[in-house]
Amino acid sequence: MAELSFREAIAAGIAQEMARDPMVYFIGEDIGAAGVFKATVGLFERFGPERVRDTPISEQAIIGAAMGAAMTGLRPIAEIMFSDFLATCWDMVANQVAKTRYMTDGQVSLPLVIRTANGGGTRFGAQHSQSLENWGMAVPGLKVVAPSNPADAKGLLAGAIRDNDPVLFFEQKSLYGVKGNVPDGEHVEPLGRARVLRTGKDCTIVALAAMVPKAIQAAEQLAADGIEATVVDVRSLVPIDTRTILAEVVKTGRLFTVEENPRLCGWGAEIASIAADECFDDLDGPIVRITTPHVPLPAADVLEDAAMPSVERIRHTVRHSMR
Amino acid sequence: MSTQVGKPAAADVDRPTRLRLYQLMVELRDFEQRAYELFLENLVRGTSHLALGQEAIAAGFAVAMRPDDYTFCTYRGHDHTLARGASMAAAMAELLGRGNGMLHGKGGSMHLTDVTHGAMGSYAIVGAHLPIAAGAAWSAQVRKSGQVAVCFFGDGTTNIGAFHEALNLAVVWKLPVVFVCENNQYMEYTPIRSVTAVEHPAADRASAYGLEPILLDGNDADVMFETARQTIGKAREGGGPSLVEALTYRHGGHSRADPAKYRPDAEVREWLSRDPVKRYRERLLAGGISEGELNEIETRAQQKVDAATEEARNGAPAGVDEIERQVWSDGGASWRN
Repeated sequence: MAELSFREAIAAGIAQEMARDPMVYFIGEDIGAAGVFKATVGLFERFGPERVRDTPISEQAIIGAAMGAAMTGLRPIAEIMFSDFLATCWDMVANQVAKTRYMTDGQVSLPLVIRTANGGGTRFGAQHSQSLENWGMAVPGLKVVAPSNPADAKGLLAGAIRDNDPVLFFEQKSLYGVKGNVPDGEHVEPLGRARVLRTGKDCTIVALAAMVPKAIQAAEQLAADGIEATVVDVRSLVPIDTRTILAEVVKTGRLFTVEENPRLCGWGAEIASIAADECFDDLDGPIVRITTPHVPLPAADVLEDAAMPSVERIRHTVRHSMR
Repeated sequence: MSTQVGKPAAADVDRPTRLRLYQLMVELRDFEQRAYELFLENLVRGTSHLALGQEAIAAGFAVAMRPDDYTFCTYRGHDHTLARGASMAAAMAELLGRGNGMLHGKGGSMHLTDVTHGAMGSYAIVGAHLPIAAGAAWSAQVRKSGQVAVCFFGDGTTNIGAFHEALNLAVVWKLPVVFVCENNQYMEYTPIRSVTAVEHPAADRASAYGLEPILLDGNDADVMFETARQTIGKAREGGGPSLVEALTYRHGGHSRADPAKYRPDAEVREWLSRDPVKRYRERLLAGGISEGELNEIETRAQQKVDAATEEARNGAPAGVDEIERQVWSDGGASWRN
């Protein structure tokens, strides 16, 4: 085990796969200089300007180029600097990348990864802070992954690169500096597996990415209130490990989701729907979603902190609902 | 200062190539004509965008391409897909929504694709496939495969962002790609000149990307073949991308729902007199190829289209088990366990 920051783990994951497979190429804006979040330090120096290739500010060209290359033998990684910028190339992502395998009846495979810095907590305002996992989730043909810690940042990224389908890989930008142990040597995690991080008999809290450490903290505080909570890290939204999630819901009889996204159509709504449909008789109370309100995320620190789910809000909501 | 219509140097096309060009154009013409008839019989559902009148571009480029080169085209893509050698019966069956269709009914008229023949897809969002073609060219470049990507699009595409992003990237990365604007004078129902800042929507923009303006008669199969040979050759040798504007005209409307009444009669008559198939036939006759030889080509093309139509019509409707196939690389559509 080595202690790495989340951003170092991202670079380590890419390096591991580029060293292993000469067909892995990495393109994006300013990546030669390691990107604005310094999540790819050392790659340009190690792999050179052909395999780590700077692009113009042309998100449609970036995703289009990655797609054309993936169709014809490469395994590209494309960086979209902020997930908000996916809106400038959503045709490429949602209409082209997602649908072409299906429309051509499997004549082409699209083994490509779109990495992007996602989410709030950095006071950047509403156009550089969105949590957009649900955009990807809404489009058949896209896999959607969002790690919560450095080990998963490396392992799931490697898994995404080896996957033969297009993967949207969301890196929550407030996690970049977080440190954690990462297994030595080759580290690859398969997509589509949730992880139970903590078990308790009273309720199940399901969280994603930066909401995971908050859910863990809240659960620790709830224990002091006499409420024992299970915490599940979803890790992969498409494919989603409903087996693990529902098994924990059944054990505790209560389900809470903690989502950074604005309220409507967040991933938690899908999980709530599945739980209501498939384990209604095991539920002992309402399913409760804890989300950012349905507003564009404000910039000021006090406003952003109050808008996003906090440890205190998770704890208060669960305690209130469990009374 | 507007670009002038040019001619490629030394359009000296040999006899077998000329016969091949004519055969291909006749087949494409007959296929599209049949597709239109089947639409009138209400057998072609959904929409279709015919390329009647634009055959010289598809034929000229396809004949000049290497079998492993890549074609990217638009929803007006029947010609470009067939020109690469894709099965006519499978294409027709796809138009009819049959299980023996090229895409088993999952793509339809606007998405014909046959990767085994280098037909890498028909793209139905204007402009999207230009960056994708650049990506295939990038892949060919780094794999050092010598392949070239040829990307066909309409005049309307020159006003969308993806056109400009793709052109810039292709030049900066010196990619082996040829962008071919089929300027048929109308975006959908609107004359392209009334919504474009320059007279020649592609050629007049070439200089913005450091490219030579190439403006040509797209209804002349020899000109198209020779242009294709030169631009593809340049790309294959590492000379980077080209942008070609081929002037042409669609004989019908934008799509099957469009009677094209917005076009002045005199303009339509003028362009019909420049029909690429008829013109080429006259040129071949003048060049010493016999009427009998041309008749035989025409008869064989009709037979091929008849056989394809028969096979397509005899196909069973697409199977509903196709719905949840091929979303993912494991062949299925599962998103949960």
